[in-house]
Amino acid sequence: MRPKALALGCVALATAVVLAGCGSDTASGGKTKLTIGLFGNFGYAELLKEYAAAHPDVEISDRTASYSDHHKNLAAHLATSSGAADIEAVDTGYINQFKATPDKFVDLNTKGGDQLKERWLPWKWEGSLSKDGKQIGYGTDVGGLAICYRRDLLQNAGLPADRDQVAALWPTWQDFMNAGKKFQEKAPEGVKWFDGGPTVLNAIVGQASVGYYDKSDKIVVGENKEVKDAWNLVVDGVNAGLSSKLLYSTPVWNTGFKQGQFATVTCPAWQMAKIKDQAGPEAAGKWDVTSVPGGGGNWGGSYLTVPKSGKNVDKAVELAAWLTAPEQQAKVFKSAGLLPSIPKLYEDPSIVDFKNPYFNDAPIGKLFTDAAKKLNPQYQGPKAGDIQTAIGNAMQRVEQGKQNGEDSWRQFVGDVQK
Amino acid sequence: MAVIDKTTRRHRWDTKFAPYGYVAPYFLIFGVFGLFPLLYTIWVSLQERNLLDEAAAKLVWFDNYAKLMADPYFWNAMGNTLSLWLLTTVPQILFALFIAQLLNRKVRTRTLFRMGVILPNITSVAAVTIIFAQLFGRDFGLINWVLGLFGAGQIDWQAGTASSHIAIAVMVVWRWTGYHALIFLASMQAISPSLYEAATLDGASGRQQFWRITVPLLRPQIIFTTIIATTGNMRLLAEPLLFNPGAAAATGGSDRQFQTAALYLYEQGFTKYDFGYSSSIAVVLAVATVIVAGIGYLVTKRIRTE
Repeated sequence: MRPKALALGCVALATAVVLAGCGSDTASGGKTKLTIGLFGNFGYAELLKEYAAAHPDVEISDRTASYSDHHKNLAAHLATSSGAADIEAVDTGYINQFKATPDKFVDLNTKGGDQLKERWLPWKWEGSLSKDGKQIGYGTDVGGLAICYRRDLLQNAGLPADRDQVAALWPTWQDFMNAGKKFQEKAPEGVKWFDGGPTVLNAIVGQASVGYYDKSDKIVVGENKEVKDAWNLVVDGVNAGLSSKLLYSTPVWNTGFKQGQFATVTCPAWQMAKIKDQAGPEAAGKWDVTSVPGGGGNWGGSYLTVPKSGKNVDKAVELAAWLTAPEQQAKVFKSAGLLPSIPKLYEDPSIVDFKNPYFNDAPIGKLFTDAAKKLNPQYQGPKAGDIQTAIGNAMQRVEQGKQNGEDSWRQFVGDVQK
Repeated sequence: MAVIDKTTRRHRWDTKFAPYGYVAPYFLIFGVFGLFPLLYTIWVSLQERNLLDEAAAKLVWFDNYAKLMADPYFWNAMGNTLSLWLLTTVPQILFALFIAQLLNRKVRTRTLFRMGVILPNITSVAAVTIIFAQLFGRDFGLINWVLGLFGAGQIDWQAGTASSHIAIAVMVVWRWTGYHALIFLASMQAISPSLYEAATLDGASGRQQFWRITVPLLRPQIIFTTIIATTGNMRLLAEPLLFNPGAAAATGGSDRQFQTAALYLYEQGFTKYDFGYSSSIAVVLAVATVIVAGIGYLVTKRIRTE
């Protein structure tokens, strides 16, 4: 009798363990556990604490990976329908690839998203809308575009340091390169005018009316004169020795900020958080922000998506909607400098008058909201992120002296048309 | 009677089938984690299939393979793979033999050294690669700094084909040499000292003893390590991937100068989401690995005493 009783006990115990295992998404005390997968700096640390304090039944943990790792992991998790966080951030460069398979995500329109639609810039809302009208993500920030520059380096090279005078140096990108040539004559050893060709090129391409795709999703970059002109201009700058030849978002580029290897960097709003993180407190006040050549523009910006594989979809949708609401976007702008995707905030005095002390009290509120209002959004095709990588590689081939501008361009056009 | 009959029958059954039961767990685990993924990969390689859209997959038979054979970037990746295989496997085994020979002597704190050589191997590959990528940095890397002391110019290690292959090979060799050295060392200790004594009496030098006695007697281990190193080095992924971090990591350099076949597979599968095509790369790479390991076997088999 005894062994049998023992066996029964084991079965009961095993069942209990299995049941507990199944219930592990609900933490002790009936709390719902939510995970949020991010990349870079979204400025959410404080907000998540605030949300958890207001919602005692929710426990949030966030995980942050590098830009490319994050998106590749997300693809792998979606493919296997396991491992994705409850909320996953997706960048503009990848949103088109993900919205091509909208069934992997919760259609936010069925969860009250259609009523929130008016919050966002219309093109931001459409950016994450699938062809069959499913909304896969709520917009967080938009990139906007400006130039961040080192006041001390410009001054030492005999150029003005004041932001209005600096802006007057470069009404166009050609002027920007000309100013660079002047800078380079007096620049100290190892300091260049800009960080790397790919960064500048992305900014100029981001201002074009048509980028890599036309609106029918055809890749037109090979025939696009605007992009080719931008390419030629940057190649000239590289050949004139203006580039530090560092690829953006790499460890060596981060070191470049720390070591002061370049005087300017094209600055979407999210770049400011990166500069502050990388250059560190000792560079406070050395950096400043001014307007970008050629008017407005956009580079980047993100969305919060809710993968369907999550176990607490409704709570996740609620949190995503809260994080992207106007009040929260305003807070993120003030703490991390990410430009809201909510047009109403562009008139809000607390945003417009906001100055960033790290960047020598630059009026980034006015600067970026002005740019955002002027912004003429460019259509992004399905593999825009891939093409951006390919053109970055192409520019690096020129910087590394492996190919001349024409050969590298031809190879790039061939690659993306495959 | 009936009871005895039953137990003997059970006993016979036991001796006949129990051994299969004992080895079954291995085959079950191999079936789930080895054989099934392999067969499934072959199945996917016959399809046109998006990583995220299983429902829309369609069978195209050998289209992926036909495309692959005509893909210059695939052959570029295979070339890089073979180049890195040579640059890693040969030095790995030579250094390992040399280190094992040193450790086989009676030196003080011998155990410490023997344990020390395995340390690189138990270090995380990601950590190793990130550190080495910094050492090989263009502007502030330690190696360029040292070269600079000797008047050499700055080398952009990631930019060139040869320089990037050398840098990656250094990482792999550093990580795996100790492991192979320990295998060699264990076998060296099993070689009878009388052989060396006899050779010494005949007037053979230390060098002659090493090449004529030690190496030939280590032949089985050299064959083993060659095959192990080949299967590892033919699918190098983490080192080339992390050597060039950032959005373009999967292309293995601006002109794919250090993109290995495994990295090309990764690029096709996880940045282009072409699951079918990347599976066909996996299958071809597996076949190529078997062939290269076979060549390695044939070469190392020729080691013998005169």
